[in-house]
Amino acid sequence: MKQKTQVADVDRSLYDFRFEEDESDFFDSGITPEIIREISEEKNDPDWMREFRLRSLEIYKRTPMVSWGASIEGLDVDNIVAYIRPKTRMNTDWEKVPENIKETFERLGIPQAERESLAGVGAQYDSELVYHNVREEVAQSGVVYTDLESAMHDPKYAEIIRSHFMKLVPPTDHKFAALHGAVWSGGSFVYVPKNVHLEIPLQSYFRLNAKGAGQFEHTLIILEENSYLHFIEGCSAPKYYEAGLHAGCVELYVGEGASLRYSTIENWSKNMYNLNTKRALVQKNGRIEWVSGSFGSHVSYLYPMSILNGEGASAEFTGITFAGEGQDLDTGAKIVHNAPNTSSYMNTKSLSKSGGKSTFRSAVVVNENAVGSKSSVNCESLMLDNISRSDTVPVIDVKTDKCDVGHEARIGRISDEAIFYLTSRGLSEEDARAMIVRGFADNVSKELPLEYAVEMNSLIGLEMHGSVG
Amino acid sequence: MSDLLKTEGLTVSAEDKELLRGVDLTLGKGETHVLMGPNGAGKSTLGCTVMGSPEYKVTGGRILFDGEDITEESADKRAKRGIFLSFQDPVEIPGITLSEFLRNALEQQTGQRIKLFEHKKNLAAAMSVLGMDESYAGRDLNVGFSGGEKKKAEILQLLMLKPRLAILDETDSGLDVDAVKVVSKGIEEYKKSVGGTLLIITHNAKILEELNADKTHILSNGRIVREGDGQLAFDVLADGFEKYIEEV
Repeated sequence: MKQKTQVADVDRSLYDFRFEEDESDFFDSGITPEIIREISEEKNDPDWMREFRLRSLEIYKRTPMVSWGASIEGLDVDNIVAYIRPKTRMNTDWEKVPENIKETFERLGIPQAERESLAGVGAQYDSELVYHNVREEVAQSGVVYTDLESAMHDPKYAEIIRSHFMKLVPPTDHKFAALHGAVWSGGSFVYVPKNVHLEIPLQSYFRLNAKGAGQFEHTLIILEENSYLHFIEGCSAPKYYEAGLHAGCVELYVGEGASLRYSTIENWSKNMYNLNTKRALVQKNGRIEWVSGSFGSHVSYLYPMSILNGEGASAEFTGITFAGEGQDLDTGAKIVHNAPNTSSYMNTKSLSKSGGKSTFRSAVVVNENAVGSKSSVNCESLMLDNISRSDTVPVIDVKTDKCDVGHEARIGRISDEAIFYLTSRGLSEEDARAMIVRGFADNVSKELPLEYAVEMNSLIGLEMHGSVG
Repeated sequence: MSDLLKTEGLTVSAEDKELLRGVDLTLGKGETHVLMGPNGAGKSTLGCTVMGSPEYKVTGGRILFDGEDITEESADKRAKRGIFLSFQDPVEIPGITLSEFLRNALEQQTGQRIKLFEHKKNLAAAMSVLGMDESYAGRDLNVGFSGGEKKKAEILQLLMLKPRLAILDETDSGLDVDAVKVVSKGIEEYKKSVGGTLLIITHNAKILEELNADKTHILSNGRIVREGDGQLAFDVLADGFEKYIEEV
């Protein structure tokens, strides 16, 4: 007798609490030159940035909507509120953050996490950062961790920002990159000087509290020669009936011999459109390591890209995607080998259940000059029932025969045999399924920052918990 | 009431194919029974059905365990009653070590927390009976184990879980002489320390030599066609099935 597992929706009570946003300044919904000028004025942009925003808006208007991948028909950008300023300025003293915002972040474990294991923390609430702090010894080493707006007005960094901002992801890249260029707000600027190894991670947390709003934070990280950084970002939002939009942008510049680990746990509510763009440019002998956990959102488009631009540069991508009921998560990664002897490794797991759909796209490009390069892609998918869907779409584009490229994909379901084996030892069917899912995710969850690995484990427990029948 | 397992007129099918056609089998408490038969006779079907595999559908008859009807019970409930099946081809489960898994299973079955120190001590003792390298305790359950190692790990589970009824489905098949000795030693240890009841499915005389089976059942085409004492198993292995099946 075949049995199907009915699993309840994940308990989101941790994320779904929310505060009414009457404490905030709302800008009109929609994207017009007037709104852009208003945002620009509110943020006291330098002239070049105002021009950049308006130019991006032009590009946005003339760029057609994305026509492939998961459907984003339910997204009405004209009704998205692009900018909401919380009624507070950025604080470096946690005590000065307003109560409701403070409570939000405290429930999410910030700044508790900071006290325990981080070198610095940033917290963004709707469109603006409300808190940013780095440990003194970290600041003394010359590491800069602040919001992009402040850095843009600091004569020491203004030029760096101008020469790097949206150079890796230009507004012409796609429609939502253009939108981002026009309305971006908040995010982080991190600068790590030559030879500085930051042993403990920096963390940014993004929270979209207002309904029918968009969050467009920009993260710009620059690592100078032989430096090291681990950066963690976490995202969440409560659920509303109106769709929300997250179109953030992450640009990472990894210098010669430098190494950057970028970890993301995305747990947006299940009505969010998460259309995020992330890209890293890696110089000679530099290294980028992406760790990516995608659990939330209604629709996701997320394909972090690594450009290995110097000899000996390397990239590693470790990702896990869990699509539940009503979710269409289109994730993956792209790696461009653009120099000799570069190497890349991709290891991903995707899970789908209760009719959820998860698509994994991998693209590996090996250019003519990338002789002696190596690439290995390994993706595994697990469908937890017969109504869920999992697709794998690998693209390999090799322009030299002097390289070694491998690809392995496996798609499977939980076997009845494995369930029988475990239940014959006294485990309930539910526990047996959870054990198999945890095992499936194990070598990826090990890569997550500890508190997130624990969270992911309990998330799988919650996702798997439900009645059997 | 000294019967531990009793099947009455058990008929079983899978994917609309009838595999068992009315099997009556009785195992008394503490007894050791041998189940033999040609390939495809339904031996594994019987073992898996008693364990509660959802793959096989009971279409008639019933299964009694210690006098209680368990025909409709799920496998985990049967395990908690003390039924154990050593699998022919144990499944690999990544992400949980053999040691953690056994502790988890023991806690599920007994409903009590088991202290890690105590668990490790018991596990090391059981492993030494089987001459298993201690490093296996820390390896993921059956992952990358050779065929012989998997079978040893099944017997290790038998020693740790201490079931009242152990069904060993060709645990000795595909093993070399030394490995068969180790498995036999494990089974002896189980009989000695737990005093449990055994149903051994095998094609191999070697494993029976030390066991002193009480009874032999010969299954053919979904029916028990012949029953006898422990000696019958050796006779069948010496003469071949044909003679014993044709007599019916």
